[in-house]
Amino acid sequence: MRRGREVALALAILAVAAVMALGAPGFFRFENQRDLVMANMPVAIVALGMTLVILTGQIDISVGSQFAVLSVAAGVLAKSGLPTPAAAVATCLAGALAGALNGALVAYARIPSIVVTLATMVALRDGLRWVTQGAWVQDLPPGFQWFGQSQASSEALTFGAVVLLVAAFAWGLGNLAAGRAFYAAGSNPEAARLAGIDPARVVFAAFTITGALTGLAAFANAVRFSQIPSNAGLGLELQVIAAVIVGGVAVTGGQGSVAGVLEGVILLGMIGPALIFLNISAYWERAIQGAIILAAVALDHGKATRALRRADAAALENHAQRA
Amino acid sequence: MLLEAAGIRKSFAGVHALRGVSFDLRPGEVHALVGENGAGKSTLVKIIAGAQTADAGSLRVAGQLVEHYTPAMARALGVAVVYQQPALFPHLTVAENIALALESGGPSRGLWRRVDWRASDGRARELLARAGCVIDPRRLVSSLSMPEQQLVEIAKAIGARSRVLILDEPTASLGTREAESLFGVIDSLRAAGAGIVYISHRLEEIVRIADRATVLRDGQTVATLARGAFGPAELIRLMVGREISAIFPKCELPLGEVVLETRALGSRAAGIRDVSLSVRAGEILGLAGLGGSGRTEFAETLFGLTPADAGEILLGGRPVRIGSPSEAIHRHRIAYLPEDRCRHGVVLEMPITANTTLAHLEAVSRHGWLDNAAERSLTRGLVERLRVKTDSLYTPAGALSGGNQQKVALARWLGTRPAVLILDEPTQGVDVGSKSEIHALMTDLAKQGVAMIMISSDLPEIVGMSDRIAVMHRGSLAGILNRGEATQERVLSLALGAAGAA
Ligand SMILES: Nc1ncnc2c1ncn2[C@@H]1O[C@H](COP(=O)(O)OP(=O)(O)OP(=O)(O)O)[C@@H](O)[C@H]1O
Ligand SMILES: [Mg+2]
Repeated sequence: MRRGREVALALAILAVAAVMALGAPGFFRFENQRDLVMANMPVAIVALGMTLVILTGQIDISVGSQFAVLSVAAGVLAKSGLPTPAAAVATCLAGALAGALNGALVAYARIPSIVVTLATMVALRDGLRWVTQGAWVQDLPPGFQWFGQSQASSEALTFGAVVLLVAAFAWGLGNLAAGRAFYAAGSNPEAARLAGIDPARVVFAAFTITGALTGLAAFANAVRFSQIPSNAGLGLELQVIAAVIVGGVAVTGGQGSVAGVLEGVILLGMIGPALIFLNISAYWERAIQGAIILAAVALDHGKATRALRRADAAALENHAQRA
Repeated sequence: MLLEAAGIRKSFAGVHALRGVSFDLRPGEVHALVGENGAGKSTLVKIIAGAQTADAGSLRVAGQLVEHYTPAMARALGVAVVYQQPALFPHLTVAENIALALESGGPSRGLWRRVDWRASDGRARELLARAGCVIDPRRLVSSLSMPEQQLVEIAKAIGARSRVLILDEPTASLGTREAESLFGVIDSLRAAGAGIVYISHRLEEIVRIADRATVLRDGQTVATLARGAFGPAELIRLMVGREISAIFPKCELPLGEVVLETRALGSRAAGIRDVSLSVRAGEILGLAGLGGSGRTEFAETLFGLTPADAGEILLGGRPVRIGSPSEAIHRHRIAYLPEDRCRHGVVLEMPITANTTLAHLEAVSRHGWLDNAAERSLTRGLVERLRVKTDSLYTPAGALSGGNQQKVALARWLGTRPAVLILDEPTQGVDVGSKSEIHALMTDLAKQGVAMIMISSDLPEIVGMSDRIAVMHRGSLAGILNRGEATQERVLSLALGAAGAA
């Protein structure tokens, strides 16, 4: 019963796939699928972190701005002569630092996360614009693009890494004590505290991990191009949050799974390209995505009320049987 | 000594909750802690459990002087606590909640440790059975009733196999049968050498199971008495500092017209069927039964939370349909005090004033404008009458002690003049003095012609205050007893399903 969302999303994805198979089989061509996957990679990576943040009952709307800053940072670090792997690690660390700033303000200074991340969203984006004056990072060292390898092997490498990452998150959230701490802190912070979990630390960790993952996403994205724009990641926060919510993570915290979120990323990510293949105006993309989000939220609500009533009835049933 | 607390002080923003309390616990004893609402019992418990830090004083746990004490340390030292407010994770299942309590000392101990959630089902079942109940471990905690949550908390604490077990009003929402099995568990733990701190406002429980009793008043230790040296009257005198008769202020009034009647009422969603009863103006109808027998569910059906799908509801002789709480309140003037005050009763963030007047804003407003002075005076009257312990009417409800929150939840409805008032466990967690005050207020309402349905697990209260008693069993009515013929034994045997007991 608690797997309902995952099943529903899988069905929705299959339905879209079926429409495409009938209407525009070209959609499934390898190149197209590859582009689709690569374009959605940043969303998938950042969504893992956002899952943690939303599970703890918080929100981070600064990931798009972080992504822009970290993309530029990736380029600058690479140009400074750091070997590419070291630059990648450094970018993740820079991301973790940005996330830790958000996390500290939310968890320890107790400022609402929407306020904190709204501030960092604006500050990072405008700060970057001011520093770069809108200029792109160019003349990247030869070892940077595609990690200095062929496009195919670089893409395979990134893809493999993301698959591992998603699997690790999915398993860890369900099976590690640390994973349960995120659910606990979001479900009932006071109970978590009494159970010996420090909810503030959990929230701090969620933001920090999100920052590090944003760094990773920014780096993996940057190596795909020969220059780095100073306005990357516009609207990324909305894409990510939408995917997480459609994926069944409760905005009030405490509930959700990585599998659902991954499906959310896939479903929302395939709508746009699918419309293009079907020759339907791309203007519909937002409308359809909006409808999916509404449907997801409505489903959550209905499910919650019904579950409560059913559970009450079940309780009585139980009681009657044993008495 | 398992515990030794000396000179403990604690204040919250100017409110002195504890002013130099000393307390100790020996192996193999049950040490009761009694006191009026707001005396500081729960605060002391939280300090012993590491959930709050004392401002001054020393604390030894298992002989060890503790500093920078945290809940995780308390657990490592063998202290398990059932808090007054269940502290469970609503989105996790019962088994997951129990597993989380038993296996982790918090994630600080082995963050990367793997947790085996599957194995915990059987363990949860076994612990729940020891706590005296059958709850499916796979149910989500958000679907549990208040007493069920309490039982899960008890199962958690039993499973921790600690040397020190602290129970803060564990029986407040439990019925006789669950309470009995808890006493069984307590006896066996005591025999095994554990120490138990036991808090309750049901003094007969204290007299029955406690080896020693410490009385707190206004954050100070008044006395510590050994078994045999205390009876209910003695405890009350020490707690309140004055004499109070525990006799119920019941007035037998001439009853009015039938206000509410149900005919073969049923609701599959609520799990009740075939309930036929009636309440007259000025009558208090007691609704008894075991936990889960459908009392609360019946109330929720009348209140429109789980609308009826069989039978009829008649108000003033006319059949009505009650589809939602707002219909119940505004169209039919039915009021309902829910059993779970934290989830449905008081709004924890709002001040006492706003909580009290929430259900009848029209009484304290003119043309939609709130009249602060009127709100204050109405609230002050109720706060004084119910002896809510607070230094300001604007204290947020969340900062009150458990019993005082209950009083505020109750004050909200006592200020209104509903046609039908349904009270679900109205005096749970309320101290003896305030309890008789609440009963007196109920009697006043009865005199004004309000028809009342009082759900209670407290048998003396049911028998003492009701004009008639309807007893439920497995979702339907087991029988109705008149005031003259009702005894605790008869109510209980009907509740247990003994046929023909009426
Ligand atoms: N978080 C808090 N903020 C402010 N005041 C508090 C807080 N917690 C407790 N208090 C105050 O401390 C005093 C003692 O409260 P405590 O909960 O220990 O009482 P209690 O003896 O457990 O009462 P009850 O029988 O009603 O549970 C009360 O006056 C209460 O208002
Ligand atoms: Mg208390």
